[in-house]
Amino acid sequence: MSQAFVEIRHAQKSYGQLEVLKDISLNVDRGQIVAIIGPSGSGKSTLLRAINDLDPLTGGEIWLDGVQVNKALPHRQYEKHINQMRQEIGMVFQHFNLFPHLTVRENVTMAPKLLKKISDKEANALAEEQLDHVGMLERIDYYPAQLSGGQKQRVAIARALAMKPKLMLFDEATSALDPELVEEVNLVMKKLAQEHMTMIIVTHEMDFAASVCDRVLFMDQGVVVEEGPPEQVFKNPTQERTRNFLRKHLEGAK
Amino acid sequence: MGLDFSVLPPFYGTLALGVLWTIAITAASAVLSFFGGILLAVIALYAPMAIRLPFRFVAWLFMGTPLLLQLFLIYFGLVQIGIDLPAFVAGVIGLGFHFAVYNSELIQTAMIAVDKGQMEAARTLGLSRRQALIKVVVPQAVRDVIPPIGNNMIALLKDSALVSVIGVSELTLSAQRAIGQTYRAFEFYAAAAVLYYIINLGMEAVLRWFENRNRLYR
Ligand SMILES: Nc1ncnc2c1ncn2[C@@H]1O[C@H](COP(=O)(O)OP(=O)(O)O)[C@@H](O)[C@H]1O
Ligand SMILES: [Mg+2]
Repeated sequence: MSQAFVEIRHAQKSYGQLEVLKDISLNVDRGQIVAIIGPSGSGKSTLLRAINDLDPLTGGEIWLDGVQVNKALPHRQYEKHINQMRQEIGMVFQHFNLFPHLTVRENVTMAPKLLKKISDKEANALAEEQLDHVGMLERIDYYPAQLSGGQKQRVAIARALAMKPKLMLFDEATSALDPELVEEVNLVMKKLAQEHMTMIIVTHEMDFAASVCDRVLFMDQGVVVEEGPPEQVFKNPTQERTRNFLRKHLEGAK
Repeated sequence: MGLDFSVLPPFYGTLALGVLWTIAITAASAVLSFFGGILLAVIALYAPMAIRLPFRFVAWLFMGTPLLLQLFLIYFGLVQIGIDLPAFVAGVIGLGFHFAVYNSELIQTAMIAVDKGQMEAARTLGLSRRQALIKVVVPQAVRDVIPPIGNNMIALLKDSALVSVIGVSELTLSAQRAIGQTYRAFEFYAAAAVLYYIINLGMEAVLRWFENRNRLYR
């Protein structure tokens, strides 16, 4: 049986009585870029955070490149396994979550040095390469507190990329930014798209999703209501709920 | 009999040695109380109940009983069960653990206050929980409580005088020995007080240096 690069099979997640994800399945091919849109509280973050097991599923399976991420193992073995898997899954958060006590350089090199046992010299070369990639090389010895939001997010992307992940997850990476800082982060993400990084992007920016993504998922109340290429989901949605959401969103953006 | 500070010079050597021992025991206890405080905080927040409860009990003992009594117990009491510690070591253990408990309270509060996104970001990169604690959570928590930990260290310096009772030749005991020979209590106690104050100023300078080093992170 051939497998997709990323497979989410019958993902289910409950918090007590509250069912947040209801039997969600999703395949993403290598190099594909998928956007997840939907109203607040629909389960987008929960789904994204289930992929690297930050919020473990209560049912279903996550597969990456032929390996099950959330496989059942005894606790100790599972910890080893999941730490290994997470090295292959980069994640970018709405609020950046840079390490404030470390310089930009140290933010980028900390995990590779610790987990891949690379030398200081290799780590420095890696930091310079990744920071150059996101246009932040000049701030390599700054502390996060000395950066703008857009700069912080670009460093956070470089930090994730330094682990050479197979998959990148973005959870509303530009939502906390002042409008004038959104574009610099979007540009970096577009660059990754051109380099065929596999990405799953939770976003509320429909224009951005339409311009970079191969596929769009519309989620509402824990289910995927509609999915397809951006032209179809944005221009000719088949579902009433999608139409409503897009209409409200357009009005809100005005 | 009036005051006569000319009795001091013959004992400069004694007092200087006392200053050195006071600095030594304070520094050693401060280091123990700092790292012990971190360890106790991590245990209190993350260890399983079976480990956490006995530690909490011991912490409660250290906080709820006089330090003087603890020093007596460690130095004179432990001998009876075959643990014969040198006075200096007993003093460092007593002072170090006593203040480790106080430091751990501060560090625990600061660790809880570190944004949850920090642990998440570290785990997302593939760090284990232990690695994330050591590299991300603890360093931030400690930086946040350097000023109050500094206050504890000043208190530690002053309480180090207590180890004179188990025979560590630190500043207070040195002064007492000089008084024993000269019967000049005021002169030598005053000299000791001045010397404590000077050590105190030195410690405050060191603490300010640590605090300034951390300015940039905020
Ligand atoms: N830790 C939690 N405990 C209980 N409910 C939660 C928790 N995290 C999220 N939820 C609930 O799950 C639902 C989906 O949340 P989320 O995935 O954050 O939505 P979105 O990212 O689409 O805005 C919401 O109703 C939210 O209140
Ligand atoms: Mg969300």
